[in-house]
Amino acid sequence: MTSTKPSVPTEQPSAESASAAALHVGSSDPLTLIMRNLRQSGIYIAFVVIVALFAFLTKGVLLSPGNITNIVLQYSYILVLAIGMVILIIAGHIDLSVGSIVALTGAVSAVLVVQHGQPWWVGVVAAVAVGIAVGAWHGFWVAYVGMPAFIVTLAGMLLFRGLTLRVLDNVSLSPFPAGYQKVASGFLNGLLGGHGYDAFTLLIAAIAVAGYAVSVFRTRLARIRYEQPVESFPLFVTRVLVVAAVVMYFAWQLAHARGLPIVLIILAVLVIAYGLMTNNTVFGRQVYAIGGNLSAAMLSGVKVRKVNFWIFVNMGFLAGIAGVIYSSRSNGAQPAAGNMFELDAIAAAFIGGAAVAGGVGTVVGAMVGGLIMAVMSNGMQLMGVDQSTQSVVKGLVLLLAVAFDIYNKRRAGAAR
Amino acid sequence: MNDVLLEMRGITKRFPGVKALEDVSLAVRRGEIHAICGENGAGKSTLMKVLSGVYPTGDYDGEIRLDGKPVHFGGIRDSEAVGIVIIHQELALVPYLSIAENIFLGNERRGRGGLIDWNRTNAEARELLTSVGLDENPVSPVIQLGVGKQQLVEIAKALSKDVRLLILDEPTAALNDVDSAHLLNLLRQLRDRGITCIMISHKLSEITAIADSTTVIRDGRTVETLDMTSGEVTQERIIRGMVGRDLDSFYPDRVSEPGPEVLRIEDWTVWHPVQQRLVVDGASLTVRAGEVVGIAGLMGAGRTELAMSVFGRAYGRNISGRLYVHGKEVRARTVAEAISNGIAYATEDRKRYGLNLIADVRANVSAAALGKLARAGWINGNEEIKVAEQGRREMNIKTRTVLDTVGTLSGGNQQKVVLSKWLFTDPEVLILDEPTRGIDVGAKFEIYTIINRLVAQGKAVIVISSELPELLGMCDRIYTLSAGRITGELPVGQATQENLMALMTKEKELAG
Repeated sequence: MTSTKPSVPTEQPSAESASAAALHVGSSDPLTLIMRNLRQSGIYIAFVVIVALFAFLTKGVLLSPGNITNIVLQYSYILVLAIGMVILIIAGHIDLSVGSIVALTGAVSAVLVVQHGQPWWVGVVAAVAVGIAVGAWHGFWVAYVGMPAFIVTLAGMLLFRGLTLRVLDNVSLSPFPAGYQKVASGFLNGLLGGHGYDAFTLLIAAIAVAGYAVSVFRTRLARIRYEQPVESFPLFVTRVLVVAAVVMYFAWQLAHARGLPIVLIILAVLVIAYGLMTNNTVFGRQVYAIGGNLSAAMLSGVKVRKVNFWIFVNMGFLAGIAGVIYSSRSNGAQPAAGNMFELDAIAAAFIGGAAVAGGVGTVVGAMVGGLIMAVMSNGMQLMGVDQSTQSVVKGLVLLLAVAFDIYNKRRAGAAR
Repeated sequence: MNDVLLEMRGITKRFPGVKALEDVSLAVRRGEIHAICGENGAGKSTLMKVLSGVYPTGDYDGEIRLDGKPVHFGGIRDSEAVGIVIIHQELALVPYLSIAENIFLGNERRGRGGLIDWNRTNAEARELLTSVGLDENPVSPVIQLGVGKQQLVEIAKALSKDVRLLILDEPTAALNDVDSAHLLNLLRQLRDRGITCIMISHKLSEITAIADSTTVIRDGRTVETLDMTSGEVTQERIIRGMVGRDLDSFYPDRVSEPGPEVLRIEDWTVWHPVQQRLVVDGASLTVRAGEVVGIAGLMGAGRTELAMSVFGRAYGRNISGRLYVHGKEVRARTVAEAISNGIAYATEDRKRYGLNLIADVRANVSAAALGKLARAGWINGNEEIKVAEQGRREMNIKTRTVLDTVGTLSGGNQQKVVLSKWLFTDPEVLILDEPTRGIDVGAKFEIYTIINRLVAQGKAVIVISSELPELLGMCDRIYTLSAGRITGELPVGQATQENLMALMTKEKELAG
């Protein structure tokens, strides 16, 4: 009750010069950043620990060139689904039907390509189109009829599984022609000649690293221009170098195996595109606003129905892509394809820091969450741990991840 | 009759950034009706939450004595065990359970084997209903009852717990006159049966009618306890205690220079979204540039409904009427259209409708006008932070950085975030619904200063408030609203609490 008159703000950033702001380190030292963002950074620490643990337990096999390629190939479609799923979860929804959509889109593609001998790209386009249509169906019921997504997509899970059986006439269709198979099991290599390693893979990785460095440097310059705190220059350089080293190590390993998997390119493009979309676009921010407080979003002029509709369409689109990747990888369409994929995708989002009540989560977090599951499954398989134990461990990890989330939230609530 | 049942001594309760209660003392005599008065945000509800154990011992400083012995409550259960029962303003009944089930919820009448004895439950419920004068079948679901009857069910529920001290928080706020009269009568009967009552109320006429003592709380402190039995204490006397300060010093000065008309609403009619009734009935009003216009009305008069329906039809059904901004008729069928036509509306419940509490200050400030920060859908994040920083500086929002979560800020600072958000939309007219509800006195003054600054810049401001002193202190003109109709329009020079109140209750007298 001290200020009965509007006090003049005492501690305001004065118009510092850009160079002074550049030197401003203050709240941006790494430890503070980690502590403040424990919810997000906890997941990265966990990932590093889990990778190290399984690398140790498998005596290094986990990080061998061939195995890294395997992890990428095996879990790519889950990661693609997790991108769409985390966006839905941020907005406060869920999609239980993605496994069925994967099956249906793969089946449609197989009927066209395998049965009717259409070229591979017709199958891809048809699968993605079917995915979008299914997403629009869900979006209609959730956004415009106002039904809970849980119910709509539970119905969708049954509905589209049934349609898959109908499309496939209850039998598996295989094999796909080589062109279609290449989507999931193809590699871009040898374009620059073999030298015992694939130079092309290294070149692409180097370009990616350079692009990353330029982009973060430009961000840094912009922040300095806006007189915002940035990390100290040595720290900045260290960060870029660490990222570069990790990426190049990864590329080196791939280059010594079979080269650059096509799915990795697809995945990288999707992660970058959706990562930017969620963070830096009006649409992405509206998704967070809806999940954080629906009424407030509505009263801020967010067209809630439209946003809800389109994020379901988007989920269908990504499920269509996942359907293509999965059918291509398994070289055929099976009636039971994609069973339980939804649960892996949901688990990835939650392990990656998404909040059950919505409003919180990141695409990158979901990717790391998915990779944690992938590394654990793969590591345990390498160690010969049986299926039952694997399932128990994965279940416990999901449980603990969400418990951590709730603990965090309570701590934040107590600070109020 | 100096037998003290309850004594609260030196109660101090802090929230981050706000001292809600400071050294509050309260003594309630056995078998009396003790009213607690104070403006919104004075600390009445907080005090009752301390008393009923919602805030457990240790969460506050001070001492509670019952029958002269100190008591410690770890939660609501503990206070109920000694016979203290609170009935909150928002009723806590389960709509689809029966009356009897609600009465005995958590306190079930069990028979052999731990199973619920339905005969006993319903029979006892019937007795309790009779004692509160409610003639309803105990097995019918609560949702079928009106608010007044639900209130009686709450009291029956309290009686089932062998209540000694009954606390009612604004019991008549949502009731019509007949139900209110019935409820007050019931309270008198309960007093005669030896049940002590604490009643929080804004309705001073009710307090003068039934209270034996009145304690006035202002800004988190006890001002005085008045003995009402003599019948000499008037409403004016209570108001003096509640307000207790010079209005002139509490509301910052402003030179009023209204310019041309900015917003005009004509013949605005709104239906309730689900019920078959009018909530706004042919309302017309105007606001000019550089002018603060108040809307006064009792709860349920349709103030918020009027504002929200104007704001892109965010409330109601079958809305008709005309809306003019700068003399030009505009269509604002969605919130986005309303915003682009220069209308901004800051809601009365900022936590539920105004803010994304789990997001940071930056995202909240930019939320209503993200498009201004974006090119081709792409947000300039640095520009956004700059805008948020500007809001923080101009509004004096007390937060470490604009990346702090809004939920961790105090109420006053949250309200400033809301204001920053709407100012960033660059509105022509700003509708502020209860802009100072639940925030402390210092922050209130800051909000008033901000409002004055806005009108000085030529904005038009509409303030909706249930605090008449606030309207009298801030506005140039005041409209009164009663049962959805505009019943009066007074320049502030001619308005007094008394004549405003008379206009705010006009319709009811005609109807009743």
